[in-house]
Amino acid sequence: MGIPHLKKTVAAAALALACGGYAAAELRDDYVAVEPPNEDHPLTEIISGYEFRTDETRALQADDFENPGYLLLEEAMETWEEVDGAAGKSCASCHDDYEESMAGVGSTYPKVVDRDGEKVFTNIENQINHCRTEHMQADAWKYDKPDMLGMTILVRNVDRGEPVNVAIDGDAAPYFEKGEALYNQRVGQLDMACSNCHQDYYGMYIRADHLSQGQSNGFPTYRFKWSGVGSLHRRFSGCMKNIRAEPFSKGGEEFLALELYLGYRGQGLPVETPSVRN
Amino acid sequence: MLHRIIPILAAATLATTAQAGEVAPGDVKIVDGAIAASLTGEPGDAERGKAAFVGRKAGNCLACHVVTELLDEQQFHGEIGPPLDGVADIYSAAELRAQIVDSKVANPATIMPAFYRETGLNRVPDAFKGTILSAQQVEDIVAYLGTLKGE
Ligand code: HEC
Ligand code: HEC
Ligand code: HEC
Repeated sequence: MGIPHLKKTVAAAALALACGGYAAAELRDDYVAVEPPNEDHPLTEIISGYEFRTDETRALQADDFENPGYLLLEEAMETWEEVDGAAGKSCASCHDDYEESMAGVGSTYPKVVDRDGEKVFTNIENQINHCRTEHMQADAWKYDKPDMLGMTILVRNVDRGEPVNVAIDGDAAPYFEKGEALYNQRVGQLDMACSNCHQDYYGMYIRADHLSQGQSNGFPTYRFKWSGVGSLHRRFSGCMKNIRAEPFSKGGEEFLALELYLGYRGQGLPVETPSVRN
Repeated sequence: MLHRIIPILAAATLATTAQAGEVAPGDVKIVDGAIAASLTGEPGDAERGKAAFVGRKAGNCLACHVVTELLDEQQFHGEIGPPLDGVADIYSAAELRAQIVDSKVANPATIMPAFYRETGLNRVPDAFKGTILSAQQVEDIVAYLGTLKGE
């Protein structure tokens, strides 16, 4: 048919004319971007969601006393020492000082771990529950409940500022490929893929929302819209519901694979957990 | 319990099934980027079309398109697609109809949803089975777009 595909830049220029001054967050001139690790990487510059948010949102994230994610972290610092479960252990019984034992975890998960010869692909949440059920003989924590969110923040926060560095080769390769395929697969009644928004149009507005690259480096995150802290998989779920798609289950294999793919899309970004978003 | 479920199901099926005299989604033919005849056999209503164009649960076209004449009454127009000001000067009703029904026929890579297609979709919850817009809504939006002419 005759309808031409207007270039993004043309549409953007036209919009700037059409509604010149409406108050919204633009990327500042001095936004921080990271070089992709190689030429095959899907992005030409890797940008944290932080850069797309307003000054107020960014200021709240930067303030360790005001950032609500730190309340959960403080509770988790206590939980770390508390005995729970039939084995009579706390996290500290086996892992001692988390600043040391958990260094290098937050920036490298999800990953394939070796459990007595068995290779298991896991993220931090599922690993914590493995420790609770197998090593502590305690009940699993529910995804997205405060205990789990707080402990995940605690583990990831040890690596705050460290560059994301997930492995996608070797044992991780099939999970990475699966994640990449899911990222590019159209779903829902609106028939969109993650890539349609976060790859093709980041930096632009979709209605009132300033589209970012959909990076994972700040999760779990405090969101104004949730009036609380939520997991990465909760965000995946929300994005899928918005395009009228049936979300995959939190902690399940599809979201784990997507999580790994997102890690690689953000390879080199500093871990920001706990971030603040609108 | 039952009486709570039935209306929801009924609403969902209403949007799904083509009414008598309408062209069903599977029978629509896009020829040379156009659909010549109205999907309902009647011209649409521009006033209703504007509501369906704007409605977040209907077309939600402003998610991606700017329409300057709506800036006063509707905040936040998206910038994903081209502005639709003067679109009726460029395209015929038949071309606009095809763009709304299934823009992926012209451009398979587009982000713009196919508003009157119900096949080839993945992981659609039952509540959203069927087309996004009804044949009537498509025609009404075509009529509304027909009013978007240059000065
Ligand atoms: C009885 C000992 C024990 C307890 C108690 C325990 N863990 Fe573990 N944890 C392990 C072992 C062993 C591993 C590595 C092998 C595995 O996965 O089983 C591990 C691995 C981990 C890892 C991955 C570390 C890495 O370097 O990849 C995390 C994260 C973790 N545990 C968190 C926790 C948390 C949080 C708690 C408390 C809720 C906890 N663990 C309680 C024994 C324990
Ligand atoms: C219709 C467009 C759209 C689609 C499709 C979409 N998202 Fe999003 N997503 C958004 C918007 C809008 C936001 C909030 C603003 C932003 O950060 O982009 C968001 C935010 C996110 C964030 C949070 C980023 C941060 O920095 O906090 C992640 C992660 C994310 N999306 C992942 C995904 C994944 C994975 C998919 C596919 C399953 C997906 N999105 C599909 C629109 C979309
Ligand atoms: C998710 C974003 C999105 C939504 C929602 C959307 N569009 Fe589009 N639209 C686009 C894009 C992008 C284009 C550019 C052409 C392409 O991608 O094929 C476009 C192109 C068009 C064009 C051709 C304009 C031109 O100048 O070439 C028309 C007409 C149009 N859309 C009408 C609509 C109507 C009517 C609706 C609501 C029923 C709608 N669009 C909803 C993204 C969208």
